[in-house]
Amino acid sequence: MQRRAFLSAILIGTATALLLPLRAIAAAWNKAAFAAIKLEEAERNLAIDGEILSKDIEIIAPDKAENGAIVQLAVTCRIANTEAIAVFVEKNPTALIGNFMFSNGAMPQIVTRIKMAETSDIKIIVKAGEQYFTASKNVVVLENGCG
Amino acid sequence: MEANMKMRAKLKSEITEVKVIISHPMETGRKKDDFGQLIPAHFIQLVTATLNDKPVLEMQWGTGISKNPYLTFYLKDAKVGDKIAVTWHDNLGKTGSSDILVAT
Repeated sequence: MQRRAFLSAILIGTATALLLPLRAIAAAWNKAAFAAIKLEEAERNLAIDGEILSKDIEIIAPDKAENGAIVQLAVTCRIANTEAIAVFVEKNPTALIGNFMFSNGAMPQIVTRIKMAETSDIKIIVKAGEQYFTASKNVVVLENGCG
Repeated sequence: MEANMKMRAKLKSEITEVKVIISHPMETGRKKDDFGQLIPAHFIQLVTATLNDKPVLEMQWGTGISKNPYLTFYLKDAKVGDKIAVTWHDNLGKTGSSDILVAT
């Protein structure tokens, strides 16, 4: 059951998101995980445990970001049966940035732009079947992007 | 709400690359305005992408996604003319959606 919690909120959200009012959407969004200040706490609220370091997660982000308000991040995962990619910034005011879940031929690969408050690791955690995998990349931030 | 979004879907060598930009403030709730008042949090929480009405990507976002969110994703099974739609919901109950047909 624990592992299911990582995804169940999103699943419920999808089935209903198109029609339901705000209250239902708020229920589907994982508030506890997004409100968590510490990375470990956010992970716990996504029921992540025992993540294994993997070289099959490729993270492309700048070594140095001039402006932490916009840090471009590309994640490509080469692990079979990848279901979801979660993005964390360890030293942000709240660590969890987003959780991306793939199905029906979507490739486990995304490009997006994130905020970084200070120099920190970007930590990626991938869910594949019953296992979790992880990789990190450090980004030096010259100007706070979370003000 | 379509004016708030831009989408592009391009099929190249069997993979469709979909790019999305959504106009949205993505306020964290920690920033102050010129009068020292906190600007309330206003950010997208849920985003769903579909291919011909079947979900392909479901996302939960927090305040750490940059203002005017940008996203690229990739689909294996899309063909020219297929419909890709993206819908978002924010913490204030606002919502937006847009769709586009796959092109080469």
